[in-house]
Amino acid sequence: MAKALGEIIIDIEKCKGCSLCIDACPEEVLSLANKINKKGYQYIVTVNSNCTGCASCAIICPDAVITVYRKIEKSA
Amino acid sequence: MSNNIETAKFRPEICTDENLVYRKPSTLLPEPFHYCPGCGHSTVHKIFMEVIEEMGIENETIGVAPVGCSVFAYHYMGVDMQQAAHGRACAVATGIKRVQPDKYVFSYQGDGDLAAIGTGETIHAANRGENILVIFINNGIYGMTSGQMAPTTLEGMVSTTSPHGRDVKTQGYPLKISELLAPLPGVAYITRQSVHKPANVRKAKKALRQALEYQKKGLGFCLVEIVSNCPSNWRMTPAQANQYIEEKMLAFYKLGDIKVPEVK
Repeated sequence: MAKALGEIIIDIEKCKGCSLCIDACPEEVLSLANKINKKGYQYIVTVNSNCTGCASCAIICPDAVITVYRKIEKSA
Repeated sequence: MSNNIETAKFRPEICTDENLVYRKPSTLLPEPFHYCPGCGHSTVHKIFMEVIEEMGIENETIGVAPVGCSVFAYHYMGVDMQQAAHGRACAVATGIKRVQPDKYVFSYQGDGDLAAIGTGETIHAANRGENILVIFINNGIYGMTSGQMAPTTLEGMVSTTSPHGRDVKTQGYPLKISELLAPLPGVAYITRQSVHKPANVRKAKKALRQALEYQKKGLGFCLVEIVSNCPSNWRMTPAQANQYIEEKMLAFYKLGDIKVPEVK
């Protein structure tokens, strides 16, 4: 069965930490960081590698800070 | 927050151009949004600019920004924009469309702008069957002026001017603009969408694209109402605000197409 490997890139300086992506993610990949960005918002980070590249986080993200990549890995 | 969060290891080998699934649309300008965290305005700006990018019409589109939170829409949308007086966006869009009938013309308005001060302009533009797209953001409150009651505020909903909840005996009933406009013969397409969940965002995007295609065919007035949130003035977190949309707003403002043109 083919497995989807996903990866996201987060523009942390534009993130406002609204956390909508955390609720939208079906794989619980995202969490708020302990740090803040230059504007004083806690930003989001990935906490595990379960991402499948479904792009739900990027679609719900109001500030368009997430770029999503997906690679389909075909197993023998 | 005391626990240290470990971030996952970044895998650059996946991040190649052929694996790209989603990126910020190029038609959305690089300036960060001034909207509050979790605001639906930014989501709608984003999906509308995605539609413009996908259709490749950024050089053929003229928008009209309203007065309200989204007054600075022209800072974010990479198309030609004009800013209208409060409530008059439909009238300005009418003028632009009549002078440049081959361009895509849209107005972007909130509920205070479109449903309160601009009700007259909106109804008459719809009744004339102006071939424009109106994007109507309905969050049931005046966001920019810090949360006063709007015509679309739900019964019992608390705002700064209805601190005990909207009482319909003295303050009237919430206004359903979409249902109000649908019977007019000049109106081609009216739909109500929301942006509180990824699936709804996708549907809203599809509706916006559909409306622009109807405009291309010259079918008449199109209005896409988008039920949105206002976490700051609803005094909620963004997640709670989206939950409120799901439970309360959508119970009154039912999603779906209200009027679709017969000829497709």
